[in-house]
Amino acid sequence: MRLNLKIWRQKSANANGKMVDYTLNEVNPEMSFLEMMDVLNQQLVERGDEPVAFDHDCREGICGMCSMFINGRAHGPMTGTTTCQLHMRHFKDGDTIVIEPWRAAAFPVIKDLMVDRSAFDRIIQAGGYVSVNTGSAPDANALPIPKENADMAFDAATCIGCGACVATCKNASAMLFVGAKISQLSLLPQGQPEREERAIRMVEQMDKEGFGNCTNTGACEVECPKGISIENIARMNREYLKAKIAQK
Amino acid sequence: MSVLNSKIPAGPLADKWKNHKNSIRLVNPANKRSIDVIVVGTGLAGASAAASLAEMGYKVKAFCFQDSPRRAHSIAAQGGINAAKNYRNDGDSVHRLFYDTIKGGDYRSREANVHRLAEVSVNIIDQCVAQGVPFAREYGGLLDNRSFGGVQVSRTFYAKGQTGQQLLLGAYSALSRQVSVGQVKMYHRHEMLDVVMIDGKARGIIARNLVTGELERHSAHAVLLCTGGYGNVFFLSTNAMGSNVTATWKAHRKGAYFANPCFTQIHPTCIPVSGDYQSKLTLMSESLRNDGRIWVPKKQNDTRRPVDIPEEERDYYLERRYPAFGNLVPRDVASRAAKERCDAGYGVGQSKMAVYLDYASAIQRYGTLEANKLGESQPSAQRITELGTQVVASKYGNLFEMYEKITGDNPYETPMRIYPAVHYTMGGLWVDYNLMSNLPGLFVLGEANFSDHGANRLGASALMQGLADGYFVVPYTLGDYLADDIRTGSISTNDPAFDEAEKSVQDQINRLMNIGGSKSVDYFHKVLGKIMWDKCGMARSEEGLKQAISEIQALREEFYAQVRVPGSANEMNPELEKAIRVADFLELGELMCHDALNRNESCGGHFREEYQTEDGEALRNDEDYAYVAAWEYAHGQAPILHKEDLNFENVKPSTRSYK
Repeated sequence: MRLNLKIWRQKSANANGKMVDYTLNEVNPEMSFLEMMDVLNQQLVERGDEPVAFDHDCREGICGMCSMFINGRAHGPMTGTTTCQLHMRHFKDGDTIVIEPWRAAAFPVIKDLMVDRSAFDRIIQAGGYVSVNTGSAPDANALPIPKENADMAFDAATCIGCGACVATCKNASAMLFVGAKISQLSLLPQGQPEREERAIRMVEQMDKEGFGNCTNTGACEVECPKGISIENIARMNREYLKAKIAQK
Repeated sequence: MSVLNSKIPAGPLADKWKNHKNSIRLVNPANKRSIDVIVVGTGLAGASAAASLAEMGYKVKAFCFQDSPRRAHSIAAQGGINAAKNYRNDGDSVHRLFYDTIKGGDYRSREANVHRLAEVSVNIIDQCVAQGVPFAREYGGLLDNRSFGGVQVSRTFYAKGQTGQQLLLGAYSALSRQVSVGQVKMYHRHEMLDVVMIDGKARGIIARNLVTGELERHSAHAVLLCTGGYGNVFFLSTNAMGSNVTATWKAHRKGAYFANPCFTQIHPTCIPVSGDYQSKLTLMSESLRNDGRIWVPKKQNDTRRPVDIPEEERDYYLERRYPAFGNLVPRDVASRAAKERCDAGYGVGQSKMAVYLDYASAIQRYGTLEANKLGESQPSAQRITELGTQVVASKYGNLFEMYEKITGDNPYETPMRIYPAVHYTMGGLWVDYNLMSNLPGLFVLGEANFSDHGANRLGASALMQGLADGYFVVPYTLGDYLADDIRTGSISTNDPAFDEAEKSVQDQINRLMNIGGSKSVDYFHKVLGKIMWDKCGMARSEEGLKQAISEIQALREEFYAQVRVPGSANEMNPELEKAIRVADFLELGELMCHDALNRNESCGGHFREEYQTEDGEALRNDEDYAYVAAWEYAHGQAPILHKEDLNFENVKPSTRSYK
């Protein structure tokens, strides 16, 4: 396959960026998208140019590090798929592919396609945990949890923190990410003691980071590679509201 | 007398850890506040250690090269975590987990360490559940279990095929809590490039800020390396792209001994290589061997579609060779058996380097059970398949989806094609019972150390070891070491040792930037990987290893003459990061070959062709090789071997049989 690539190049956080055109021949349809990028980079290095910087690590769809906006969609055209799991068999010979970084004020570009997602870490630090010190836990089976709740908590907990929800949302809202963590812990008995404080602190940190609000377009749910449900946003709103009313 | 003192406590095996904890020194809470600890790596071992030490009151600095501590490669572990809870009432116990691990490791690990691991395994599950880790549960609300290779009980706790993710996010949440209260200072996108030794003690690190390229000095009273394994020396492995040996290798160059480097684990069930552009291999969890059956055609070069090959023309070779354990033999055994069939010409798929992992009979079995459960008396074949598919999807759904995404085949309808791939490294820096290396103040946790898995790790034991080391071992043993440091005061980064370490890092970076050759870093990494896979992979021989050593030496010279690192060192530069890592792999690969050459026996993941039984099983030599091979770096000379003899007082080494 022969591909025309239009890729966002930006030297550093403060430099101006622009789209640059590349042509890539002999792309094998069995390649993953990132392997296609590797081939491009290898060619750039060999001819003395700077390769395209992009985040990636596990390449099996679980670390959440890869983050490309491909032809106007977070992680590309397939649903339930991270960029690293996207394969070239879903493209055609002669296609033009536009590749951009996540675009959101709270995710500043570091270089080319790499962005700074540390805002997500700070939101978790604000309350995305159960305060239990090592060594003080009771026997695991002393606390039965209905399977249905455990399964719902698990579904919320599968968020990989990639930021596709933010990149997709026209408001750059992080509510799917935040809602998933608040839901996971509010559905479990372990999360109850800090339930209200957690909702308030995480939502406040989210606002402080500059993420936008939710206007219920549902785009985040569609583009989430792990299929996190938008119900988690509704649950977050309920948790936040209840906590605010109860706040002394 | 060996220079290696393992410091294994005296007394009966089952009391060693308890007695040791009762007798080692403590640091009082007020003094902990004036002690700094550096933790490098934020996977299961690093995040759990950093969080636990911070909770105790130490001032912790944690480092990871990824953009967030939550991305460490522990996150990719799929199948589960072992614990001797005996919730199944199937005869499990601490002793049995200990025994299985020692035997699974082919009698090349320390009894005392492994017993401690089995003891604390039960606390890990409690801790993780308390953090809100959503393990799989049964309808009664209690925790579910499944089986893994090499054992005959169900002791594996799991969260679908994402157990590592859920455990890591649990440890990450504990770490985040300590960051929020200021007990941990987190440095992401930072890579450790040297350890700083002052007066013979590890007192800090040099780290490169990957965003700005700046070299930073960080001091502490102790340094913990929790930096994972070195499987990426093979280029193709199931490790993340960034997984590397640099932190432990720099420590090795500073004097830390590297133990059993040739003990690498080749995982039997991975998606096969599809082309030379391949950047990594993807594991399909061992849990799939619970229900899947592995086979190849009985006829060589059989090109029929797998569904067209009738039952009697299939060779379920694991069930045939190992009737007692069948498809659940340990990883090393399953991998070698797959290689044997493919080498003999029975492989499948385009490359002929693959075997089938088939779920057809599991779908039928579960479908029938489910129909009974639902009271459907005469279900049609189609209905059984439908119900069975649902059950299999609920257990392994995400793994099946992953397979389909990568290969384009639907594994519910056609068997998966799998082949072994490098997955884990049992070797690592030598540590004593307290997890301290031979360099005072340098502790090594998780996959980065060598201590618990011997020559072969059992499935679902890596998560167990990482969390055991971080939550329940080092919080005790570190205090014993730091008890001498309560009056030391903070360590200055102006010490000449910091100048020297920073200069050597800077010199290496300058050297790499100035070569200006014509070949990319990946080129060298791929060549190295091929040498390692062919000659120090699933089967090794004296001749091949000797060739590999000279080939690696030549490749290293070529690397320093021909590599091109574009861009500058004072900015985000992923090619420079790779070059630094590959430079270290080029030294490690040679050491692995020396170690494999020295070990004239076959054991666990180390299979020397010269040492096998008539029917192709590994031939261990306890007489001459029941020791840990700990190698000292010798700056340009051949590495120096130190031996730690392994004493088996509670388990008698026997020929491992899974027949």
